[in-house]
Amino acid sequence: MRFWVIQSLNGLALGGLLFLLSSGFSLIFGLMRVANLSHGAYFMLGAYVGLSVLNAGYGFWTAVVAGGVALAILGGVIERVLLRRLAGRVFSQVLVTLGIAFIIADSSLLVWSGDPMPLPVPRGLMGAVPVLGVVFPKYRLAVVGLSVVTAVALWALLERTRLGAMIRAGVDDMEMARALGIPVPRLFTAVFCLGAALAGMGGVLGGPILSVYPGLDMDMLPLALIVLILGGPGSLLGAFLGSFFIGFLYTFGQVLFPQLAYVILFVPMVAAIALRPRGLFGARAA
Amino acid sequence: MKRAFPLAAAAALLLAPALSPSDFYVNVATQILIAAIFAMSLNLLAGYGGLISLGHAAYLGVSAYLTVWLTTRAGLGHLAGAAAAVVLTTALSALFGLLALRATGLGFLMITLALGQILWGLAYRWVSLTGGDNGLSGLQRPQPFGIDLGSPRAFYLLAVAVFACAFAVIAVLVHSTFGAGLQGVRDQPRRMQALGWHVWLVRFFAFVAAGFWAAVAGVLYAHYNQFVSPHVLALTNSAEALLMVIAGGAGTLLGPVVGAVLVVMLKNVVSAYVTRWVMLLGLVFVAIVAFMPEGLVPGLDRLRRRGRPAGSS
Amino acid sequence: MSEPALRLEGVSKSFGGVPAVHGVSLSVAEGERRLLLGPNGAGKTTLFNLVTGDHSTDSGSIRLFGREISNLLPHRRVHLGLARTYQVITLFPRSTLAQNLELALLGLSPLRWNPFAGLSRRRDLREHALAVLDRVGLRAAADRTLASTSYGEQRRVEIAMALAQEPRVLLLDEPFAGLSQEERREIQQQLAGIPRRVTVIMIEHDLDVALSFAERITVLHQGEIIVEGNRAEVVADARVQEVYLGA
Repeated sequence: MRFWVIQSLNGLALGGLLFLLSSGFSLIFGLMRVANLSHGAYFMLGAYVGLSVLNAGYGFWTAVVAGGVALAILGGVIERVLLRRLAGRVFSQVLVTLGIAFIIADSSLLVWSGDPMPLPVPRGLMGAVPVLGVVFPKYRLAVVGLSVVTAVALWALLERTRLGAMIRAGVDDMEMARALGIPVPRLFTAVFCLGAALAGMGGVLGGPILSVYPGLDMDMLPLALIVLILGGPGSLLGAFLGSFFIGFLYTFGQVLFPQLAYVILFVPMVAAIALRPRGLFGARAA
Repeated sequence: MKRAFPLAAAAALLLAPALSPSDFYVNVATQILIAAIFAMSLNLLAGYGGLISLGHAAYLGVSAYLTVWLTTRAGLGHLAGAAAAVVLTTALSALFGLLALRATGLGFLMITLALGQILWGLAYRWVSLTGGDNGLSGLQRPQPFGIDLGSPRAFYLLAVAVFACAFAVIAVLVHSTFGAGLQGVRDQPRRMQALGWHVWLVRFFAFVAAGFWAAVAGVLYAHYNQFVSPHVLALTNSAEALLMVIAGGAGTLLGPVVGAVLVVMLKNVVSAYVTRWVMLLGLVFVAIVAFMPEGLVPGLDRLRRRGRPAGSS
Repeated sequence: MSEPALRLEGVSKSFGGVPAVHGVSLSVAEGERRLLLGPNGAGKTTLFNLVTGDHSTDSGSIRLFGREISNLLPHRRVHLGLARTYQVITLFPRSTLAQNLELALLGLSPLRWNPFAGLSRRRDLREHALAVLDRVGLRAAADRTLASTSYGEQRRVEIAMALAQEPRVLLLDEPFAGLSQEERREIQQQLAGIPRRVTVIMIEHDLDVALSFAERITVLHQGEIIVEGNRAEVVADARVQEVYLGA
């Protein structure tokens, strides 16, 4: 019994981190139709920035904010300078976002060296607390809480603000949004910055749990892609549910079937795509 | 007669590395050719077929593993092992094609990514079969007709022969009536369907053909390294091949070859002089997108035509 | 009494709960010139899409010369003699006119599966393509890219491609849209030259041109057929006047 509770809580924690990673990814894809293959690198870079801020003597929460801000700025520049001109050009988007991922990964290697480094847990959240009959790390519970808070905040943004209304309009029907006079280019930049910031903050928050190491980017990217597919592009609820589903699946998979853990992650996704009911029978018109 | 000069130049270019006194450069040239065959196979699917796959290393890897395993642990001869590896891998690509082609666009990308990752995960964990992280070793290069393929030069010439064959066959396919249909399906699938083309089947054949040539590259890969590990199936391998195709020029014959030269040279040669060659590679990709988004081969061709006086073709 | 070329019975289709086509039954005789009329959103193009297989029917049957086709894949229907043009011209702009035509000719040929037959070596294919272009007066532009020709010329090429497949039933979706007066005349001429045995069903908004072409007219409104008859009958019908003139 204790085993199930502990692993479930671990699954929740991982799910929370995945939500921070994937919510931005899903929004970016849903609105801009750009598969941002640098997104894993943004997560990793956020963690490294957080690490440096911590090493400079600042507090944990400062580090989280720093990670978010740094990536928001970087994301904004990348979107404005490089991605903006590539609307609809999938090959170029793939090349440029992967190229940027390479640059970020190698630069990180240069600046922070290749040793895996865990981020220290903030002092207020050290230790464990009894919950549901087990003793579980406070920090991981906090991560779950933070991800829920973020989800609610994003929901409020999307449902209750003008910016959110514009984003939803753009996700639903870009042509209509343009026709309604929505400033699409600025909207794109804003959403891209938001997505990058979420990834960056997620990286810092994940630091104490996942550590930061070269290769973290390519470890996280497939997970973001899976959540996108399962949850649907541009769907906040989808990203939320999908993240926790994958968090659970991965956690239990690792523990129960370590040989097949990785396989288990991908099978539901393949099933979801392959078994999707077809509106056009047989016809694969693009 | 128009063909003679480029063919002669190509032959010279391909044979020149065999004359190099340095084993290192001959080996780099071999790696380039193997990467080029792999990239050309992906180009069939992604460039000419319009189906972007992030899991193509699956066929390179499975073929390499089968080659090593069948030859060292199942007692097959080198030729039989290679042939069996290619046949079995092609069959796998047919199976995966059935799954992956249930979708197009992002869905297709995801399924191919997933299938590749599943195989990579299995290679890592199924230690009894694949040796896990340690991989499978012990493959000796054969000595057909008294030629010792253990020599870098001899192996390179084998690679040249295989590459030339692959290039020729793919060139024929791309210029064939089927090839025209494949590209038509890439550009306007709905219209092609309305003209009587079986869009799914055209894509399926392209998928299998791509798997076949990746399998061929896999056999060479196994014999070149005389060793195989899960790294061959990693996402980075699939991503690199895709980058070679796009950077060189997707949907052109020479594109993937040029892309292979670019990436392998940076990895193996430039890396000796520039520690940050990965960053350099990333910058090159960004620069290509900025200045020659269609890829190096079409981009350079465009510059060449602009340099000519008006009126000449 | 021979089979009608195309016969729909109780065909319905909804998208996300919204009915686009509802209980449509119609019958087009072989060689007939039928016009599908109706305001925007009436379901005309959806009906075409159901016949060609771009969408699957929710219910109802579609018979081509007596043969049920609603379960067949779209390309198979083309092999049974169905051809179609689209509202938006979706051809291959960077290919030449001859190349565009060759793709149409290959669609029904076993050559389409041949990975060794060099396309440029098929003189017969090229000759055939040139002959088709000649018939529409575009032979001279055969080796120019489609993008370099005018919209009217592209439309003629599109119709020529459909006719090159010698279809038994031809569906034309707004062939006159976006054309100048001069270009319209050229299309009219092209259509007048279609062999009698080919059944032609057209969707059009340009009433003058369309009415002169059509023998029978089916009027759709909100996914249902409201009137069917010859020119005089349809024009005089009260419901048609209400729908078109808001009377």
